[in-house]
Amino acid sequence: MLIELEKRKEPSQAMLYLTPVIAVLATMFVGGILFSLIGHNGFAAVREIFITPLIDTHKWQDLGIKAAPLILIAVGLSIGFRANVWNIGAEGQYIVGGLAGTGIALLTWELEGWWILPLMCIAGVIGGGLYASIPAFLKTKLNVNEILSSLMLTYAAIQLLYYLMRGPWKDPEGFNFPQTRLFNDSQILPEIIPGTIVHLGVPLAFLIAIIAWFVMSKSIFGFQIRVVGSAPAAARYGGFSAKRTIWAAMLIGGGFAGLAGIFEAAGPFQQMVPQFPTGYGFTAIIVAFLGRLHPIGIILGGLVLAVSYVGGEIAQTSLGLPNAAAGIFQAMMLFFLLATDILVKYRLKLNLAKQAGDAS
Amino acid sequence: MSDTIIISIIMTVIGASTPILLAALGELVVEKSGVLNLGIEGMMLIGAVVGFAVTLTTGFHLLGIVIAMFASTLSAMLFAYLTLTLTANQVATGLALTIFGIGISSLMGEPYVGKTIEIFSSWFPASLAEHPQLRVIFGYSPLVYVSLALTFGVSYFLKKTRAGLILRAVGESDISAHSIGYSVIGVRYAAVAFGGAMAGLAGCYFSLVLTPLWSEELTAGRGWIALALVVFAAWKPSRLLLGAYLFGAIMTLELHAKAAGFSFIAPELLAAMPYLATIVVLALISLRKSSGLAAPACLAKPFKPST
Amino acid sequence: MTEQTDYRIELNAVTKSFPGVLANDRVSFAIKPGEIHALLGENGAGKSTLVKMIYGIMQPDEGEIRWEGEAIKVANPKAARKLGVGMVFQHFSLFEAMTVLENIALGMDAKISQNLLEDKIREVMDVYGLKLDPHRIVSTLSVGERQRIEIVRALLLNPQLLIMDEPTSVLTPQEVAQLFETLRKLSATGCSILYISHKLHEIKELCDQATILRGGKVVGECDPKQETSKSMAEMMIGGDLKQIEKEVKTEFGEPRFIVDNLSQDGEGDFGVALSDISFTVRAGEIFGIAGVAGNGQNELLMALSGETPSLNAETIKLDGKSVADQTILQRRKHGLCAVPEERNGHAAVVDFSLSDNAILTARDRMNLSNNGMIKHAQARKYTKDVISTFGVKTTGDASPAGSLSGGNLQKFVVGREIMQKPDVLLISQPTWGVDAGAAAAIHQAIVDLADNGSAIIVISQDLDELLAICDEMAVINEGRLSKTLKVGEASVDEIGLLMGGIHGEPSASQDQAENAHAH
Repeated sequence: MLIELEKRKEPSQAMLYLTPVIAVLATMFVGGILFSLIGHNGFAAVREIFITPLIDTHKWQDLGIKAAPLILIAVGLSIGFRANVWNIGAEGQYIVGGLAGTGIALLTWELEGWWILPLMCIAGVIGGGLYASIPAFLKTKLNVNEILSSLMLTYAAIQLLYYLMRGPWKDPEGFNFPQTRLFNDSQILPEIIPGTIVHLGVPLAFLIAIIAWFVMSKSIFGFQIRVVGSAPAAARYGGFSAKRTIWAAMLIGGGFAGLAGIFEAAGPFQQMVPQFPTGYGFTAIIVAFLGRLHPIGIILGGLVLAVSYVGGEIAQTSLGLPNAAAGIFQAMMLFFLLATDILVKYRLKLNLAKQAGDAS
Repeated sequence: MSDTIIISIIMTVIGASTPILLAALGELVVEKSGVLNLGIEGMMLIGAVVGFAVTLTTGFHLLGIVIAMFASTLSAMLFAYLTLTLTANQVATGLALTIFGIGISSLMGEPYVGKTIEIFSSWFPASLAEHPQLRVIFGYSPLVYVSLALTFGVSYFLKKTRAGLILRAVGESDISAHSIGYSVIGVRYAAVAFGGAMAGLAGCYFSLVLTPLWSEELTAGRGWIALALVVFAAWKPSRLLLGAYLFGAIMTLELHAKAAGFSFIAPELLAAMPYLATIVVLALISLRKSSGLAAPACLAKPFKPST
Repeated sequence: MTEQTDYRIELNAVTKSFPGVLANDRVSFAIKPGEIHALLGENGAGKSTLVKMIYGIMQPDEGEIRWEGEAIKVANPKAARKLGVGMVFQHFSLFEAMTVLENIALGMDAKISQNLLEDKIREVMDVYGLKLDPHRIVSTLSVGERQRIEIVRALLLNPQLLIMDEPTSVLTPQEVAQLFETLRKLSATGCSILYISHKLHEIKELCDQATILRGGKVVGECDPKQETSKSMAEMMIGGDLKQIEKEVKTEFGEPRFIVDNLSQDGEGDFGVALSDISFTVRAGEIFGIAGVAGNGQNELLMALSGETPSLNAETIKLDGKSVADQTILQRRKHGLCAVPEERNGHAAVVDFSLSDNAILTARDRMNLSNNGMIKHAQARKYTKDVISTFGVKTTGDASPAGSLSGGNLQKFVVGREIMQKPDVLLISQPTWGVDAGAAAAIHQAIVDLADNGSAIIVISQDLDELLAICDEMAVINEGRLSKTLKVGEASVDEIGLLMGGIHGEPSASQDQAENAHAH
């Protein structure tokens, strides 16, 4: 190999923050080439996906409402990832949270009052948390791998959604479409900027991320999460229970995903539909890593991924780029981030200038 | 129940089991070498779409399969480079590979949606393959026989050959293997490549045999079930075969229930069965004592030799 | 290239550096056929790096290695084995879940049938008096048996040079005697042996020649039989040996820590069960627990510290309170601090800063947190106190624990616990892999803490260490603790038999004084 790696004495802080930026830039560059190779206008695609959403002020509101669920879910997941708890079923917890809140909405559809919306949100948190408690229970009691159990539950959650939409929760006045009735005015998140689609969930997501940052960096709880993830034996020696940490991480991850779910149902959707799962739970994994599992980084990561979503839609209409293009760019970002991660602990010594990423 | 119903149930179960058996065989070898590749689903999708596209274009199933295996192996090498050479986190990289596989397969597959090809069916003469009783032995796609042969092959390789011994040693203690002088990284690259090829083969089974067509996310989470199957089998190929057929039976419940007219069970519940059953099975096997001993000791641990 | 030579292997000015460290600096020495050559040096002197180059695991930056007069390059361990170099590793290169036979087969370069290999193994075992069952799974074997696998593996290749890296650190005195017999038989056949150790009395007993390394350089060569242990030790350490200041105590205070019939099931597949462990430690006393690795030391430490609480509260009493059902946090608040054996990942988190590592165990006793929030300023202050009091060499309290050398991290970890002024301190392997200077400082700190009235339990595999600092001791074997022995009265032979699991009546205590040697 032409590249040699040399271990640094201490991990590089600069690289820790720089590598996500490098990953995004590398994705734009290599992605552009890749799409050119398969017969698209690659650099126009990169421009539409990554630049246009930032320049076009009309798209900013879309960025906000796309970033909010990603940030919320990713913050919850990042706490688990730090503790080495691999909850990758956030999509399922997001669905169940949305369903739980919808349940409250359907029960109260004839009522009005300020209390309905908070109740829906609480139901969302509890729904997501309960759904995440299944893998937590299986992990702590039976040592079942949480990656597999949480993921399997996602597929089950999708079927639960389909069942409710086609059966018990179908709108009786909805011409037999498999979807619920529309939420009433007490059940939808209010707009916070008049004339836009930006709902209350957006600032709340940002606020929760900031609170999470404070808790993770200043509290013994945050310390506990980090120790359990870095050195389980040391955590036990320090007096931290691994099982309780797994429970906390799963419940927070599930609760945040559930909250994102009900925000999404009571915000952009204003009802529950079979198309509700849009993959936010999976994309949030990328957001969590891109944000270095740090809540502030996750806010930035969430915005980057929101750009790619909004940009993907723009490119679909303006360039006829397929729907999957945004997903490929998103996966590439994660690949590049993981590939450049080694620069935090190692120094590159190049014998000949040759880029490592050419192969992909 | 008549013979024909039993025979058709056996055949659907084996049909549904084969792709997860193939993928799980690959993953078993990967995990035995100490690597956890969560990207099976992504590699399967790449295999499925490439196999379909090549077969549709050329008309040759075998060519489609070979190129599909090559493509999925290539994607496995990307995983290997990141996790083995650059020591990236295996869990995260595997997830990235799955997300990437989903994206790239739906991009590549877009022109092929809605098209169909000739099924890759049995090579035995029709008198055997379509015989009302004997088809239970002769009526399968060649890939089914390949999967059985590979099960025995992998089992023999791990138990009886020197290369298999070295592979297990690398998964058991990377440091020991390195200090005796084996190339830990080299062995793991080879294992990951094999896992990639097998996932590609499994993907082809979906697009060339089971359906035979291409649609987005054709494999519908079966890659994850293959992962669970490896745990279920306690990393033993012979139990993999048993487990695959058991999972296959659960997965085809929906079909059988429909055929038998159990309309009072919600179809959504039946569709969720394979996933719920996987969880139940994982919970049950963890009740078994000393299951911890079965997992390769170095599973998912990065290795960086100092030079 | 080939010259006529008397030597089997010669090293000429071999140099190897790592980022920030010169591990070997122009090291030269030579070994004759049949010679048992000692490579003597402290931890970190560069011994392991040197043998890794001879065995082909690493490549020298500069210098040459000559094999029977011919300059060679050892590309990898396979090439080394082809030359006739065998190696027995300090940390065994074995595979736990595999059989003895499979482990040995992995060390062979040629393909060989199982039956033939088994015959050969039995033949070698007969010749050298080594006992092993080829079909046992390694994880079920004792440490001594595991070492025998490595030795058989090396001997099967008919080596011309056998490298033994710290082979006795895990053996009982009786097993050491057995090993030496094997090595002497081997050297009589003309095989050269490179024997790496820092145990001087072993080298005096076994070796014909010694090369002494310090800080990566050769600082002396000698015939160990002509030297005193003291003179070799001074060459190895590079200065006068610092004696521990410890008075011989006869009077102790009240019992502070009483363990009464503590039993516990073994955890998982490799855990050792503890059965009926009882002992008492009084104020001002240092109580030693000797034993060969893997006999329940870790399990005992975790049961005593509270990492694995028991249901029966009565089995451990701390200053009269029953604490066996309490967690480690509760016990710490009641004055019990502990230092586990493994520094990396157990006693300290390597990626965390020193100040975070202080928070790990000192947050309650040193008031480093308040209502669930961390007091970072206090944590930094306490960390700095530990660093300065214990002379920890580091760039500051924000350095990751992993950037410290083993000795410095150990000083930090021990200091972090001792400065919490524990009433009872549990400490396992206090000086494992630590240089002599740090070891002396740690020993002195333990002694001083005891002098201030604390009760201290030291678990160690290093018998010399226990004999030097303890007042009373006992031996742990397969999860059982022997009766308590007074250090001045116990003989090494007796302790050795206990370590090997032989619980006979103690022989009359004639040979006491000579064994109380401490260096």
